[in-house]
Amino acid sequence: MSLTLFEKIWNEHIVREEKGYPTIFAIDFMLLHEVTSAQAFDTIRERGIPLFDKDRLLATLDHSIPTRKNRLKIFNESARIQVDTLRKNVKEFNIPFYDYGKGQGIVHVIGPEYGLTQPGMTIVCGDSHTSTHGAFGALSFGIGTSEVATVLATGCLLQKKPKTMRVEFRGSFNPGVYAKDAILKLIQTIGIGGANGHVIEYTGEAIRNMRMDERMTICNMSIECGARAGLIAPDEITFEYLKEKRFSPKNDKWQEACNYWNSLKSDTGCKYDTEVTINLNNLKPIVTWGTNPEEGLEIDQTIPKLSDLSQEKKTSLEKSLSYMGLTAGKKIEGTKIQWAFLGSCTNGRIEDLRIAAEILKGNKVHKNVTFYVVPGSETVREQAIKEGLDKIFKTAGADFRMPGCSMCLGMNDDKVPAKERCISSSNRNFIGRQGPGSRTHLASPATVAASAIEGKIINCEKYLS
Amino acid sequence: MKSFKKFTSSVVSLPRTNVDTDMIIPAQYLTSVSRSGYGENLFRRLRDEESDFPLNLEKNKKSKILLVDDNFGCGSSREHAVWALMSWGFKAIIGKGFADIFKSNSGKNGLVLIELPAETIDSFFSRAKSEVLNITVDLFNQKITEENQTSYSFSFDPFQKQCILEGLDDIAYLLKYKKDITTYRNSKEVKRYYKTSKANF
Repeated sequence: MSLTLFEKIWNEHIVREEKGYPTIFAIDFMLLHEVTSAQAFDTIRERGIPLFDKDRLLATLDHSIPTRKNRLKIFNESARIQVDTLRKNVKEFNIPFYDYGKGQGIVHVIGPEYGLTQPGMTIVCGDSHTSTHGAFGALSFGIGTSEVATVLATGCLLQKKPKTMRVEFRGSFNPGVYAKDAILKLIQTIGIGGANGHVIEYTGEAIRNMRMDERMTICNMSIECGARAGLIAPDEITFEYLKEKRFSPKNDKWQEACNYWNSLKSDTGCKYDTEVTINLNNLKPIVTWGTNPEEGLEIDQTIPKLSDLSQEKKTSLEKSLSYMGLTAGKKIEGTKIQWAFLGSCTNGRIEDLRIAAEILKGNKVHKNVTFYVVPGSETVREQAIKEGLDKIFKTAGADFRMPGCSMCLGMNDDKVPAKERCISSSNRNFIGRQGPGSRTHLASPATVAASAIEGKIINCEKYLS
Repeated sequence: MKSFKKFTSSVVSLPRTNVDTDMIIPAQYLTSVSRSGYGENLFRRLRDEESDFPLNLEKNKKSKILLVDDNFGCGSSREHAVWALMSWGFKAIIGKGFADIFKSNSGKNGLVLIELPAETIDSFFSRAKSEVLNITVDLFNQKITEENQTSYSFSFDPFQKQCILEGLDDIAYLLKYKKDITTYRNSKEVKRYYKTSKANF
């Protein structure tokens, strides 16, 4: 029988199946962070249940920590308690922990960079962007805190089999257009609930030509169209990335692993529940104008006119525009910004920093713009310093900060003030996401850097040599 | 988890699509390490910004049923959204559709999500503008009933229904199958290339 990549991984992880009951499904690896784990540890502690297996866990700090230079002191008392609680929990349960100075970073950045994320695995975390790890052909999805407790206690979850969707990216990118634009285009096309109940497999020539960081950007935002997970079949590019990573198989185990990983692809003739094709050939850089990720436009397009819409859509558009301080029917290009943010689990990797640095080199950040550059991890930060990118950012007038989730969700001190506008490489432009009243425009790292220079949203193409 | 009993309540109407969990409970209020106390910040931004936001109206403050549109609970996986809705007092949400992770989180806490056809929800929305809708939620029989005795059946996952009605949870269920889990793990260890506590430096 022809199977999809998803079905192969699913079948491999079935512990028990019984009609009328959810499947008992094995989880290979769980990442933990300070915001969604405390109550889960309480659950197993209160019930006296031992950890299922600490060797399938790794904890770090990312969501609520400061990103300023002196990050040891956390001024917000409840955030400080949350961080201390994680430190206490990992000590009590003897869980591997990447604290400050030990490889700390955003969960979805460090999993791949240490080779913890490997093809064929099942990976969960109390964070919806766990879908990122699907770039390696690992079935990965976000869970709530109750399920974090379930995995701590049993190494399993109860799951209903999701549907499958194939998304084929055809063609190739024009200059100035990146993986971020491709995924924003998909979300704009199928809507933010378009893949509810599905696991997406991304296929096509464009995917095969992508580096791992680009594939991670694509899978990362699968949740923004409602998908449970995003998957990409592993190939030579995946193996090349994983080779010699800290947790990658070594010596004769390496070849054995590659043989298995090579079997992880959808068979010819397999069936998906839904199929979508996106052509990238004529795509331009995308920027969102509204208050959810489907409300995006190509850089030279105009915001929808009220007269083009149904009554129901009109009300929703009016709400979005009033919050965003924008006018229907006007071009998005040229809109003035006060903030720029480069970072997050979507676009906080070294390659993203390189793209932005290339554009900033020899230029200055506009005097009205505050530009935060927040590396996704300590490793990314060290690499950036090694390559001299930090100097480029500083010379240009950008603020090169310590690693964390930062302004992506404004849980720490990094917030966009009310009614101010931010061009952001993050993943969500929801109302208040970057701070109460903040106005977020999602875009690629290149669009973020170029717009920061001009103080307004622009097409990054002219800054590419 | 408390077991779920049939109840009757007035309905609060929230007719907007794609309500995300950042709206339900903004990130700033996620720094607590407990499961309680989130209710006061439920929909905090919207309540602060819109004086006529439904939860600001005195008549709605005691309602236990929220009426929503499509794709409710999308975005972040934060279970705090469910905790906030429940600690405010909601016991059931009726809508056109719910996002996956939110649905799963609701089930684990006994918050009953009821999906009904779009036309039914739209007619509730339009009636809720001028009248108070009182609805009885009966999970056991999988139906909701209006005061005038009109009732609507809904589908519900049988396993989840059993868990909610009896107040059971996944951990207790899974621990019954500990043997199967151990057998599975022993047979699959060959494909496990690392232990997180032992990095291959």
